[in-house]
Amino acid sequence: MLELVSYGAFFLTVALTYAVIVLGLNVQWGQTGLFNVGVAGFVAVGAYVSAFLTAAPATGWLGGYGLPIWAGWGAGFLAGGLVAAGVGRLTIRLRADYLAITTFGVSVTVQLAALNLQPLTGGPFGVSQIPRPFAALAGEALAFGLANLGLLAASVLVLYLVLEHLARSPWGRVLRAIREDETAAEALGKSPRRFRIEAFALGGAIMGLGGAMQAHFIGFIAPENYLPMVTFQVWAMLIVGGSGNNRGAILGAVLVWAIWAASSVLVEALAPAGEQARAAALQTVIIGVALCAILLLRPQGILREMRRLRPAPSSKTDAP
Amino acid sequence: MMIPQILLEGALTGALIGLGAIGLTLTYSILRFANFAHGELLTWGAYLSLSVAGLIGAATGASLPPIDPFSFTWALPVAGLIAMLLTAALALAVDAALFGRLRGRGASTIIVVMASFGASMALRSGLEFLYTSKPAYYTTELQIAMRLPAGMRATPDQLLMLGLTALVVLAVHLMLTRTGIGRAMRAVSENPALAGLTGIDTRKVIRVVWILGGALACAAGTMSGLLVQIRPYMGFDLLLPLFAAAILGGIGSVPGAMLGGLIVGICEAFAVHLIGAEWRAAVGFVLIILVLLARPSGLFGRAA
Repeated sequence: MLELVSYGAFFLTVALTYAVIVLGLNVQWGQTGLFNVGVAGFVAVGAYVSAFLTAAPATGWLGGYGLPIWAGWGAGFLAGGLVAAGVGRLTIRLRADYLAITTFGVSVTVQLAALNLQPLTGGPFGVSQIPRPFAALAGEALAFGLANLGLLAASVLVLYLVLEHLARSPWGRVLRAIREDETAAEALGKSPRRFRIEAFALGGAIMGLGGAMQAHFIGFIAPENYLPMVTFQVWAMLIVGGSGNNRGAILGAVLVWAIWAASSVLVEALAPAGEQARAAALQTVIIGVALCAILLLRPQGILREMRRLRPAPSSKTDAP
Repeated sequence: MMIPQILLEGALTGALIGLGAIGLTLTYSILRFANFAHGELLTWGAYLSLSVAGLIGAATGASLPPIDPFSFTWALPVAGLIAMLLTAALALAVDAALFGRLRGRGASTIIVVMASFGASMALRSGLEFLYTSKPAYYTTELQIAMRLPAGMRATPDQLLMLGLTALVVLAVHLMLTRTGIGRAMRAVSENPALAGLTGIDTRKVIRVVWILGGALACAAGTMSGLLVQIRPYMGFDLLLPLFAAAILGGIGSVPGAMLGGLIVGICEAFAVHLIGAEWRAAVGFVLIILVLLARPSGLFGRAA
């Protein structure tokens, strides 16, 4: 029983780290319509920057400054945001799918850098011994698991409230206006390019934060944690939950992670020992087909975007 | 190493990239979306050639000698032609099941791009399921490189690939510029609505684009499989160089895609010799960034 509870806490904590990343993607895609195919790259940047600053020093590695965990989270947030701002400045003025291609390139290149810049990233073995929150409780699995779950749940809640507030703020309204009718928004004197870059940077920053949180919860990182598969999972979470909807993003993260984990357990249990890799490939096929089917059959996801149209109490910010 | 040899190696990779990029640039300009599943058409083409060649080998008793001076038997070119048809059929099937439906519903470009991302995942993992991730080879014959002028060395297989690529590119270029369907394709690429109004059968154009793109991807995948090896990730790993070549050449331009492919291949070869093979995959990204900074419409592209 106790084991079940601590497994549940572990599962939910990982799912909530994904929820943070999905919330970041929702700022970019759900609210602004910017397509990011390099989610894994931004997550990796946050994770590596945070590990670089907070882990203990090791031979042959330039990082390891032993900074507190919250500083690592902050640095991961900033680093993800900076990379996203750079990519956004470069591509957002061009056609929409150039951003997709460029972000894909970012994730390939970040992965390559993680693998090859050994002095900065630890190379193929990555970084271990990343400090974990509530490390003092590590002896008691249950208390440790619940404390981490509490921390993550509180972080997701705060992030959710901030993002909801932002979406209702004048900034969020302009973003939606640009997404729905760019020409009209431009006619009202809003620069679509500036708002899009800001939203892209904010989304990238949140992904970096999510990467840092994940790194600290798991305790080690390696280049193969950030393969294109991660991007795919995060997209599946957002699409299933319903893009444009922050609650849907969180629900999608937990649900898809549950399906993913359950099907992995099933694959391990059912597939014969020599056929595990094959069965895992089949699992990916099914999930890829499912994503396409959702796009075809129910593109709005489980929870639709909440209609925020209501009689405007004042037209201060909406008026030209 | 001598510069001519680096150029030759770059041209070999570049020819394959260019061949794959032609299909990508055509789907991009006529169907108007970046197809992230295009790399998987290369991979499927390579594996289909492998399977058909295996079937031919089994049917003929596997006693064929290699065609002198090349490393493969007659089974491979025959299998390659059949696989080109099969890959074209696969491209048409994916379009009928996925992209065509999204198009019919008037889905936004980005939804189609995302669907192509999902299709890419499913197609690639499907191959991993069928063939496992262990590399496969068309032939186990070893080839000795021949001496060429200027101190260059190449195997007969490699020279054949260069020649075949040149022929294919010429044929596609002539088809686009000299035939009715080629003119129709360019018209749809310029302005689909207007092309439809003047009586051009847009559906037929779309079918031809997929057939052409699939067949060329199969040719590129099979050649790459012959020169290197066949892996489920081979096409996915080529995706960034393919996009780099298409953007560099200007979306929609066939000569541009080929020239872009050669530039990407040669840059990769120099990067491998000057910096190290481990950074090869970043070359495509760096080139994309440079093109987007300097000339987003590419070498032969029209300004958007």
